[in-house]
Amino acid sequence: MEAFTSHTGVGVPLRRSNVDTDQIIPAVYLKRVSRTGFEDGLFSAWRNDPDFVLNRPEYAAGTVLVAGPDFGTGSSREHAVWALMDYGFRVVISPRFGDIFRGNSGKAGLLAARVDEKVVQRLWDFLDDNPGGVISVDLESRTLKAGDGVDAIEDSFDIDDYTRWRLLEGLDDIGITLGHADDIAAFEAGRPSYKPQTIRA
Amino acid sequence: MGKTLSEKVWDEHVVRSVAGEPDLLYIDLHLIHEVTSPQAFEGLRLSGRTVRRPDLTLATEDHNVPTIDWDKPIQDPVSRTQVETLRQNAEEFGVRLHPLGDLDQGIVHVVGPQLGLTQPGMTIVCGDSHTSTHGAFGAIAFGIGTSEVEHVLATQTLPQAKPRTMAVTITGSLPEGVTAKDLVLTLIAHTGTGGGQGYIVEYRGQAIEELSMEGRMTVCNMSIEWGAKAGLIAPDQKTFDYIEGRPEAPQGEEWDAAVAYWKTLVTDDDAEYDEEIVLDAGTMTPFVTWGTNPGQGVPLSDAVPNPEDFDDAQDRVAAEKALQYMALEAGTPMRAIKVDTVFVGSCTNGRIEDLRAAAEIIKGRHVDADTRLLVVPGSVRVRLQAEDEGLDVIFKEAGAEWRGAGCSMCLGMNPDTLQPGERSASTSNRNFEGRQGKGGRTHLVSVPVAAATAIRGTLSSPADLDPTTTIGADS
Repeated sequence: MEAFTSHTGVGVPLRRSNVDTDQIIPAVYLKRVSRTGFEDGLFSAWRNDPDFVLNRPEYAAGTVLVAGPDFGTGSSREHAVWALMDYGFRVVISPRFGDIFRGNSGKAGLLAARVDEKVVQRLWDFLDDNPGGVISVDLESRTLKAGDGVDAIEDSFDIDDYTRWRLLEGLDDIGITLGHADDIAAFEAGRPSYKPQTIRA
Repeated sequence: MGKTLSEKVWDEHVVRSVAGEPDLLYIDLHLIHEVTSPQAFEGLRLSGRTVRRPDLTLATEDHNVPTIDWDKPIQDPVSRTQVETLRQNAEEFGVRLHPLGDLDQGIVHVVGPQLGLTQPGMTIVCGDSHTSTHGAFGAIAFGIGTSEVEHVLATQTLPQAKPRTMAVTITGSLPEGVTAKDLVLTLIAHTGTGGGQGYIVEYRGQAIEELSMEGRMTVCNMSIEWGAKAGLIAPDQKTFDYIEGRPEAPQGEEWDAAVAYWKTLVTDDDAEYDEEIVLDAGTMTPFVTWGTNPGQGVPLSDAVPNPEDFDDAQDRVAAEKALQYMALEAGTPMRAIKVDTVFVGSCTNGRIEDLRAAAEIIKGRHVDADTRLLVVPGSVRVRLQAEDEGLDVIFKEAGAEWRGAGCSMCLGMNPDTLQPGERSASTSNRNFEGRQGKGGRTHLVSVPVAAATAIRGTLSSPADLDPTTTIGADS
């Protein structure tokens, strides 16, 4: 995974709550066996609408998505994270994320930044007043910034310590866990024999 | 202080615990299907890794599979490639697979319990959010993403931050005709889709104890729909009776040892939950959704709500958008809503008890002339059992389509989809925009409501049906 330290890019206001992963990428795009190339499925139903935010030219270079609460609920499909990243997003800001989506983001290198609902509202207003406006996110200090002068928005965001560390270092989880192979083997030696097996010796 | 049920199961599976890091949790059973696994196996190949415990891994084909002509090659080439990829991966990595055509094929969350692989006190994961279903047996079971699927394949463990604990206590008894599905839809409307976020939930109380294992699976299945990490129920004699004698259940002395352990899997009297919700089952009624997330529901006897009546601004906007998508007017009685298709099936309501309940209502009646009823068993074994009991004949005589096993119209990855603008009453778990087909409109309902709706063509409960000569004929 590529390390993530900070990012500055065009903010995209997605004025919706409860954006489930079926909306992020419908099931019909999940039949592929590849790991890349899911950008065509991103918000595909909504992209038919010419007024949808991603169809507006000022947001064409968008990399920071600002969404309402309960973003990424529902299905476990990691394709939702892949589609956002394949499209060019590096950061999603929301007051609350679906658990599995948030976990998947941390594994794939997408920053899921949790903020107060008021911060989302301020960012939306800022982007409405400044279409194509830029948002800066710093993972080291867990802060975000948008705009200048007296109206500038500066606030902190939440992300758990472990995910932050892994993102900053760009670490491969499996590699870390395999470093504890002895602990795993010791645990396995103590498992009760009545636990089921799918293949019998 | 004592421990809650989920804390007991969690603590039994901690391989490694260090301050400031998530616990490393051992996984007893890893279930796999064709949609979320190909990139995980590819990851193993690219890094030269193997599957650590093929003997704790089981694969089935469910999401993509057709429910007609299942003995012929899959017509959609992309679906076919995905299913064939799973077969190749299972072969290459030595994973047990129940493919299309096999007697044990079916929806992964129906197959696990049916084989007796799902047992109390286990940790179970799958690249599918409805893995919470297995919590009905007193297991910690949750959905994971594809990166985590690869992690479990390679290490049989997962790093997991310990969730907080919540009790959902359902007091009293469900009234006649009110089901586990109505219970969980009522709960989700109460909490909203994010209400369980960050919690492992234990469902308890008289109404939960009175549920059958199938009913408990329906409740736990929908834990994810209100955001919970997992949902589980303390095992009891019903649980043990359900497991005993199944192909992968322990036998002889192993059975005795297992049951002795399972009996310890209850929340201690002096344990404390971080949060508790209490609801009264006695006040519950048949419950249906009107919107585009599972929290947007009302009693069937109620009407489509007015967005202006919501206090929260986000809820108001969400309701407006939902009514627009669903093409519904505020104030319309739910019972006046006409549906085109009724779907009975899915990991939520595709078990034998569900099909029996549907058949009992449909017997001697006919599906409404303008309505299509699709009945899709959750597994091949469920289909064969239903056919043994003659349920298929009841469905077919009523004008329903009797299909093969799979996820089918729950998410429309196979050819079973809604057309744009088509409206369904569905026993599945999600009413998201386009979930059952692009532009399709979904109302989540219980099995009895689905069956009655198929007969009348509008959202209905069995109480709305005219009596038939068959009812009472066998008594």
